Amino acid sequence: MSQAPDTGREPVVTPVRVVIGLCLVAPFVAMLWVGSYAKTDPVLIGIPFFYWYQMLWVLISTALTMIAYKLWQRDQRARKASKGGAEQ
Amino acid sequence: MNEDVNVVALAVFIFFFVLVTVMGFLAARWRKAANEHTLDEWGLGGRSFGTWVTWFLLGGDLYTAYTFVAVPAAIYTAGAAGFFAVPYTILVYPLIFTFLPRLWSVSHKHGYVTTSDFVRGRFGSKGLSLAVALTGILATMPYIALQLVGIQAVLDVMGVGGGEHTNWFIKDLPLLIAFGVLAAYTYSSGLRAPALIAFVKDTLIYVVIAVAIIYIPIKLGGFDDIFASASKAFSETNPATGQPRGALVPGDAGQWTYATLAFGSALALFMYPHSITATLSSRSREVIRRNTTILPLYSLMLGLLALLGFMAIAAGVKVQNGQLAIPQLFENMFPDWFAGVAFAAIGIGALVPAAIMSIAAANLFTRNIYKDFIKPDATPKDETRVSKLVSLLVKVGALVFVLTMDKTVAINFQLLGGIWILQTFPALVGGLFTRWFHRWALLAGWAVGMIYGTAAAYGVSSPTQKHFGGSADEIPGIGEIGYIGLTAFVINVLVTVALTFVLRAVKAPEGRDETQPSDYTADAGDPGVQVELPPATAASKH
Repeated sequence: MSQAPDTGREPVVTPVRVVIGLCLVAPFVAMLWVGSYAKTDPVLIGIPFFYWYQMLWVLISTALTMIAYKLWQRDQRARKASKGGAEQ
Repeated sequence: MNEDVNVVALAVFIFFFVLVTVMGFLAARWRKAANEHTLDEWGLGGRSFGTWVTWFLLGGDLYTAYTFVAVPAAIYTAGAAGFFAVPYTILVYPLIFTFLPRLWSVSHKHGYVTTSDFVRGRFGSKGLSLAVALTGILATMPYIALQLVGIQAVLDVMGVGGGEHTNWFIKDLPLLIAFGVLAAYTYSSGLRAPALIAFVKDTLIYVVIAVAIIYIPIKLGGFDDIFASASKAFSETNPATGQPRGALVPGDAGQWTYATLAFGSALALFMYPHSITATLSSRSREVIRRNTTILPLYSLMLGLLALLGFMAIAAGVKVQNGQLAIPQLFENMFPDWFAGVAFAAIGIGALVPAAIMSIAAANLFTRNIYKDFIKPDATPKDETRVSKLVSLLVKVGALVFVLTMDKTVAINFQLLGGIWILQTFPALVGGLFTRWFHRWALLAGWAVGMIYGTAAAYGVSSPTQKHFGGSADEIPGIGEIGYIGLTAFVINVLVTVALTFVLRAVKAPEGRDETQPSDYTADAGDPGVQVELPPATAASKH
């Protein structure tokens, strides 16, 4: 996980950041555990499970990355706001 | 392939080719800057691209013509094993989400144009930066060559490649013309040309895939029939190996290979100079993060495209060279005019990445070899001139490579290139997060990874090739078959960590780090950071 250098008083690891981390790690667990999806059934409109499941994960991981992005944006904005007040 | 020229398809192909050529030259005037004689302008499009241009540029850059031909070709020949490209591209985006914005910020702050620039600045080591630059150039060259192979496949199927007995000049003339034109507009317009052409390329590709994925299954009787005939074809024994040709689902033995290939390739993708060039050309840090959320659209397309490999089997396409399977499928299934559109999509799909790759390789040479070792006092104008010339040389080199050597040589080198480029990961990504690694340890780790990877790949034989027969080999200590690049990478990291401990213990000189922690989080929108980069931009505080 990328961490902004922690110059303020807030902790580096916060619950929001843990969620961001999980969103980014989930696709790795799902995709690298090939045994969990190396099968043909259930078939969807004629396409074996192996193929449609991985394509479904394109969408899932996109959604997860998007959530991570939004949370990170919010986290950064909050930090900037609180730090701006603290430093000046 | 075909002795008859497909006139309609060829006419459509030429129409699109002329269109992008005109666009390529006009691109020089697009968002023109006051001072065009800097490497930032020619080689990074003025660092001005927004979210959508970056999206098209990166998409056009990463999903190359070779990808479009090779991924379905792999499925066509072996089935499930070829589908690893999909998890691979899924994993790329969460990965780059974590480190690419940091690279963007530090590069923006210090005016870095290449990854080697960063490595030199961070570790104060010209040797390490040279290693990264050479690896980048070496890995990119065969990649450019493979784009030509993609164009050749299309020309062949259209019947303009000429038969076996045509003289070599006539046979290669279309390819020579295509590359001459590409070289000319890259020279004059720089990165702006592929950025503009990428719009046409991606639009065509999306249209072709959308049509193919609906139209072809209807003609073939639905996905049930397609997978049934593919399954039957895969179960037949391949006389060369005595094994079944492939499988619809990877067996137990193939799962390690599948996972390590996906993971290793995902780590490697953004080490390639052309990916970084497209990244650094974007306007802000946010553009990159936002892109990681919209780029996966291409992965979806890649998955659908991979399925075309099964359709080629079901449609009874029989080709010796798997690379021709998809162009041949288009030729058989589509009306002539639409086959022309599809071929144009692949052909232009080769031009965009070839242009970006040659620019990226040229930037590496100029910044990290020419300026660092040959002419340290080069002005920005000199740099641009050298870079333009080198981009030409790189393309000519790739052309000679393809015309004089067997296609398998290009493919072997591309395979090696992937293994090599992954070895620059510890210096680059490691460097983005920590200064703990010692520069000499990184250099040693890189060397060990390169040597192990090359030797291991050399030792892999296949039924058709004695050496470089594949990219997977037994992982020492685990015994499973895995991607050589990833194994080499792990060894590389182990050596780097071990030597860092040693070198720190003996207090070996660390080199000067010209970056500061705040450089890694600076953004264009931050107070005190100007949009154009002069190094004097004030440190931004988060």
